[in-house]
Amino acid sequence: MNAEFFWNVFKDRSINLFSGVPDSTFGEAYNQMILDPDIRYIPAVREDVALGIASSAFFDGYIGGVIMQNSGIGNIVNTLSSFSMMYHIPVLLIIGWRGYGGPPNDAPEHWIMGSKTTDILELLEIPYAIVEQNGLENSLDGLLKNIQHRMCPGALLVRPDIVQ
Amino acid sequence: MIPRYQVIRRILSRIPKEDVLITTTGMISREVFDIYDRPNNFYMLGSMGLLSSFGLGLAITFPDKRIWILEGDGSALMSLGTLPLIASESPKNIVHFVLDNEAYESTGGQPSISSKVSLEQIAISSGYPNVTKVTTLESLEIAISEIHDSVGPILCLAKCGIEPVEGISRVTISPEDIRDRFRLALNNT
Repeated sequence: MNAEFFWNVFKDRSINLFSGVPDSTFGEAYNQMILDPDIRYIPAVREDVALGIASSAFFDGYIGGVIMQNSGIGNIVNTLSSFSMMYHIPVLLIIGWRGYGGPPNDAPEHWIMGSKTTDILELLEIPYAIVEQNGLENSLDGLLKNIQHRMCPGALLVRPDIVQ
Repeated sequence: MIPRYQVIRRILSRIPKEDVLITTTGMISREVFDIYDRPNNFYMLGSMGLLSSFGLGLAITFPDKRIWILEGDGSALMSLGTLPLIASESPKNIVHFVLDNEAYESTGGQPSISSKVSLEQIAISSGYPNVTKVTTLESLEIAISEIHDSVGPILCLAKCGIEPVEGISRVTISPEDIRDRFRLALNNT
């Protein structure tokens, strides 16, 4: 889908504060987001740092977004369990799904996390939705409703070639 | 060296009522809770190293509130990359205290590397426009006085001694209550 459309879906839901570590899954869409005057983006040095920053939006009555690739899940587990989930602070993780489909797709460093991404989220009981070419609004609305009800983080998984 | 408990005491006696205070996991949060609990304190009970990132987010989200970040050397070292990030974003409303006792006191006083590494120089190199190092209560008092007229982000490195105070309880407020009253306090002007 078109990058402008993709980010508008978040902006329309008052998700305007983002922090993250870039991932090539988002391609040019990442650069568009950084330049978008309606989005406040803070380039984090690590994914857990991005989560700490983005979580501040909750205290202002909004949901913050963390943009990352799935390898960053490894950097974020403690923050999810002993911050987001302990205090029940909702936050939206927008995760580029590297290594999707396993070898020979993508580079070797993504194969293991690529195959374990949903397992880890399920183990942590973090609700997630997989973004398809159509239906982003419905997936996101369902996910947001869920995380606001449970007061927990939620993840949107974005595979390669979904956002242009 | 100043006992850390005394450093915390002095900070808490001088922090303006409306200012926001966030504190790192372990003894620093417990001591702050023991000395001066208030709704606009956020005790980060876990997630060592995360405090300064959360503080940066709060400073950006609430530009009209002054955010005091209170962490130890272990916590600052764990998330060292956040120092240049805070400096590059440069929110004027951050007051960042690093209470440096050169040890992981909460876990039994194991030595940290900050006895060999200058966190003050790291903060300067990171680009903090305002860095002070204090080693006495008198210089701490002066540093706190200057905060009110200074533009942040400010980093104050307070060299502390290891002098555990007995009988400090754990934070007895639930995480959700800490969250809710903090959220309310942030939105009350």
